[in-house]
Amino acid sequence: MSEARAIKIAITAMGGQGGGVLSSWIVKLGERAGYITQSTSVPGVAQRTGATVYYVELFPKAAAEKAGKQPVLALMPAAGDVDIVIAAEFMEAGRALLREFVSERTTLIASSHRDYAIAEKISLGDGRRETERLREIAKDTAGRFIEADMAAAATGAGAVISAVLFGALAGSGALPISREVFEETIKAGGRAVDANLRGFASGFDIASAAPKSERKTTTQSAGEQAAPTVQPLLDRMRAEIPVEAHDITREGLKRCVDFQDIQYGHEYLDALKDIVALDKAHGAGKSFQLTKLAAKHLALWMAYDDVVRVADLKTRASRFARFREDAKAEDGQIITVSEYMHPRVEEVCDLLPPSLARSILNGKNRRKWLSALLGEGKRVPTTKLRGFLLLSGVASLRFLRRGSYRFTLEKERAVQWMQLIKQYAPHDCDFACEIAALQRLIKGYGDTHARGIENYSRIVARLEEVSRQPNPAQTLAALRDAALKDESGAALDAMLSSLSPTLQAAE
Amino acid sequence: MAERSFAKEVKDLCIGEGETFYGEGILAVTKALLQSGVSYVGGYQGAPISHLMDVLSDAQEILADLSVHFEASASEASAAAMLAASVNYPLRGAVTWKSTVGTNVASDALSQLASSGVMGGALVIVGEDYGEGSSIMQERSHAFAMKSQMWLLDPRPNLPSIVKFVETGFQLSEASNTPVMLELRIRACHVYGTFEAKDNIAPQFTIADAMENPTRDYGRIVLPPSNFVHEVEKIENRWPAAINFIKEHRLNEYLGGHRGDVGIIVQGGLYNTLIRALELLGLSDVFGETDIPIYCLNVTYPLIDDEVKGFCLDKKAVLVIEEGQPDYLEQAINAILRNGDIQTKVIGKSVFPRAGEYTADVMRGGVRKFLKAHDANRVKRAPEEAPALPAATMKEVAETVPQRPAGFCTGCPERPVFSAMKQVQEDVGDYHVSCDIGCHLFSILPPFDIGNTTMGYGLGWAGASAFNAKAGQRTVSIMGDGGFWHNGLTSGVGNAVFNNNDNVLVIVDNGYSAATGGQDILSSRASNKTKNTNNPIAKAVRGMGVTWLRQVHTYNIAEMKRVLKDALTAKEKGPKVIIAEGECMLNKERREKPIRNKAIADGKRVVRPRFGVDPDTCTGDHACIRISGCPSLTLRDNPDPLKDDPVAWVNNDCVGCSVCGENAHSAVLCPSFYRADLIYNPSWLDKMMAAMRGAIIGAMQRAADKRRARHSFGTQP
Repeated sequence: MSEARAIKIAITAMGGQGGGVLSSWIVKLGERAGYITQSTSVPGVAQRTGATVYYVELFPKAAAEKAGKQPVLALMPAAGDVDIVIAAEFMEAGRALLREFVSERTTLIASSHRDYAIAEKISLGDGRRETERLREIAKDTAGRFIEADMAAAATGAGAVISAVLFGALAGSGALPISREVFEETIKAGGRAVDANLRGFASGFDIASAAPKSERKTTTQSAGEQAAPTVQPLLDRMRAEIPVEAHDITREGLKRCVDFQDIQYGHEYLDALKDIVALDKAHGAGKSFQLTKLAAKHLALWMAYDDVVRVADLKTRASRFARFREDAKAEDGQIITVSEYMHPRVEEVCDLLPPSLARSILNGKNRRKWLSALLGEGKRVPTTKLRGFLLLSGVASLRFLRRGSYRFTLEKERAVQWMQLIKQYAPHDCDFACEIAALQRLIKGYGDTHARGIENYSRIVARLEEVSRQPNPAQTLAALRDAALKDESGAALDAMLSSLSPTLQAAE
Repeated sequence: MAERSFAKEVKDLCIGEGETFYGEGILAVTKALLQSGVSYVGGYQGAPISHLMDVLSDAQEILADLSVHFEASASEASAAAMLAASVNYPLRGAVTWKSTVGTNVASDALSQLASSGVMGGALVIVGEDYGEGSSIMQERSHAFAMKSQMWLLDPRPNLPSIVKFVETGFQLSEASNTPVMLELRIRACHVYGTFEAKDNIAPQFTIADAMENPTRDYGRIVLPPSNFVHEVEKIENRWPAAINFIKEHRLNEYLGGHRGDVGIIVQGGLYNTLIRALELLGLSDVFGETDIPIYCLNVTYPLIDDEVKGFCLDKKAVLVIEEGQPDYLEQAINAILRNGDIQTKVIGKSVFPRAGEYTADVMRGGVRKFLKAHDANRVKRAPEEAPALPAATMKEVAETVPQRPAGFCTGCPERPVFSAMKQVQEDVGDYHVSCDIGCHLFSILPPFDIGNTTMGYGLGWAGASAFNAKAGQRTVSIMGDGGFWHNGLTSGVGNAVFNNNDNVLVIVDNGYSAATGGQDILSSRASNKTKNTNNPIAKAVRGMGVTWLRQVHTYNIAEMKRVLKDALTAKEKGPKVIIAEGECMLNKERREKPIRNKAIADGKRVVRPRFGVDPDTCTGDHACIRISGCPSLTLRDNPDPLKDDPVAWVNNDCVGCSVCGENAHSAVLCPSFYRADLIYNPSWLDKMMAAMRGAIIGAMQRAADKRRARHSFGTQP
């Protein structure tokens, strides 16, 4: 029996990522370099954004001629029998592990970038999968593991990711084929040759470079001085807040001042004072976890999202620079932007004095009248004078806030929330931390905000029961996660109703 | 214009004797058809044989030179019926489709054809969509071959073998007056390889010859008494003729060795996987040199009793490797051996899974199990392979790696239809949704989760026809334009009109048979040199007698919602049809991108829209994603140090279709979405306005920045 064997290459990718281009390059490369090549794929529905595998086998022509026979090449990879795996996205490297393509004889070339799956994206919170552990497993399992952000390299080179991966394959040295033959293959393809050669070169450099030793240290600038007006706030912070919580408190202060004024920053610090005392008395070790969480979430209570805030953020110079960058506008290119806005009666009432706001929100006719006036969704042309002046005008209404309905409402809510933290902290500081973190449920505008408030209120209403569960802090965290599970609140319902028996048992 | 252009491959169809053909399996089939002197070819597109249709469609000039008629059939039934041309005339014809779905549709005509019998070779090329990546029910085409008595070829999956069996298939068909099915698995259709080409042959007897010299034979029509005669003919004449041909031409192969008292009987299409499994077990080399005797069935129906008996006679046990279920081959081989009083053990599904694709790993496991039980010495040398990862680690990986269900492409015009349906459901309550086949079926997956059943291509509305009673809620059925023309016009619309249906049909009109690769259909807007397009769906629907008809552009979500709500709540009785129009974005981009790039290069003013999300106003709730699922609407880290949840982000694949913005409006989501218009080669007016706006806005922004700087916290060292 002959000892000759084929070189087996699997490409794991998502439909539309160009895995087909890469696999056909490898086929042509093999033919150029004296191999009998065979490739297969399963296009079907996977072409429409699903996960898919392209498979290539290369068999040396010379060995076939020597034997006087044609090799029988397989149409699909077998577990533990793949020499090279190229993953065009990080989770697809995970899928290669799952399908057991990766073994100690495998060179695994993976792009570290993430293209989130729909299940990760539709989460009401953070549904993204953890990658660190997968990275460790890949490192331990593969004979060689070459990983880099090939998508970023492709963007940098103006090429497709396939070109970078093809370069990485060349640079890895896993195929006994010279760089020139790789490059000739791209040239012979005749499409976007220059761009693809650039992409190829960057992939080649990534893979051929010695394993990166140290993580790049970010260069630190000297730091810009804070303005004199905010110095008193920072002085107070240094005096009143433990140093462990300075970073987050500073962000909170920044947000409050940016949202309203210096005075608002002082109010923020006033509110935090009690928490610090409690944390010092009851918190575990010197982590000041409760202070950190309260500092973070109090700022979010206080700097709520309203039309003034949105209009302010939308008109800033920094935002203009950002949309140019996001839209990949060329230098000096003219770009016009319009916003999708849909102000409703609620948003207008946010800014009115409480009594007036309530009379509109509760009065059917007034509400209808105002709603008709506001009409349907609008497109506001921010880069035109008309739109810019309109938004700037709205942004300048922040002086109305302190006397407004929404301000009063949010203040009440924040105060109640602080009360709860203070109430439970002496008994169970971890539980109090979770109460603080519960604010995460409240975000956004319109229905999203209403749903958040409702979920938050439902959990808070049962806080007493939760505190009597065997693991109060864990239970509360689980409730928060359940509230973020689905829009209908089914997961939260289920979890809340599962609380009752324990309660009865306790009684 | 199809998704993929085959302009380059078409040239390869012209190569002749002494040249080497490079390409994928299904294109090799196309070349083999031309080498066989085929007179006509038809079919209906669908994975894995779409490329056969596409390449022929692009090769019309070559076909005309060879006097070959190509027809993009209206359905598989039309294609199968086309083979009627081979009944009375010595015309070679071939048709193709996705199986088993297409074979189901075609089976009426196939039965008639198989009864009549053929004079010219009739070849049915079925692309078997079974196993990984399949989008259809998991069934076997084998049953169709048996029930209608057509011969079934399942050649070894390399190009020379596939090509040989196309050519031989025609000869077998003619020798036995029986239509022949050539089964190709999905990977074989897409396998890239080479074969030595031959010259193309123009048919000696052409379609025109037949039309000008018609002949008829009552004995070939399926009506009494001929139909009874056909049944006898099948058994007494055609079957023996086929057996003789298959034996004489050695279509089945004896491969492997001659040693030992076990053997393997394998379907030709699985041969390569078997050899790889044996190689991994140390029982074969890469050239397929193995001690174990292998009987390779390139013809899986009919079985050749003598060959089966001869192979098994000196063996204690044989392994039958047969993919899918029921296990027709295993049963038949058992019957042949028992009737012949041969006591060889037949092992098949007892060492293999009863269902599912026979992957290399399944094959290795099955073969090992068989040998362990019946020829243990052989596998002693082959140690059990250790799993690549410990079970606990594997579990971790499995829990981490997310599923990637198929979904609508970036900019797909069908997405807003389901965004609207999901939103309307919030207003009027849930309704039953009967789905069809096509890209729109992705609506049943996250994030839409809309859909109850799918009963087949074009059968969306028929699938809801039972729900035609007085009730407080109407049903909504979906149909694509492809399915509409395939049969939905009659089976759905006609059926609803005739039965006074009071429910709603949404026809998703994207201008192409998009799911199968963007082929043109009757209502395509594009002009097509060889086909008649631009026949509006609305005209056909009205012609059927529908009076409640609305046409809506899909990207206008507010309007789509209004019309859907109207249809669901209208007092008027009778069928309600909404045509949701929006061109397939893949095709549109393919057509417009080069034009746009050229215009930009030529210095013409071009405006390119795209969408974005402001991270500082984004809520991190992702409601926008839950009513969209657009691949380019994705996540990135929240730049706000106070917030934990990632924000939505529009990546650079955005084609500016506007759905995310429209959704933000109609569902009243959040003010984070914006549309950015990038202007290339601006006019003097653009420049002037931009300069003026820039000056004023810039000054205001600088003033605001200055104000903010007064309260700056600086940057932390």
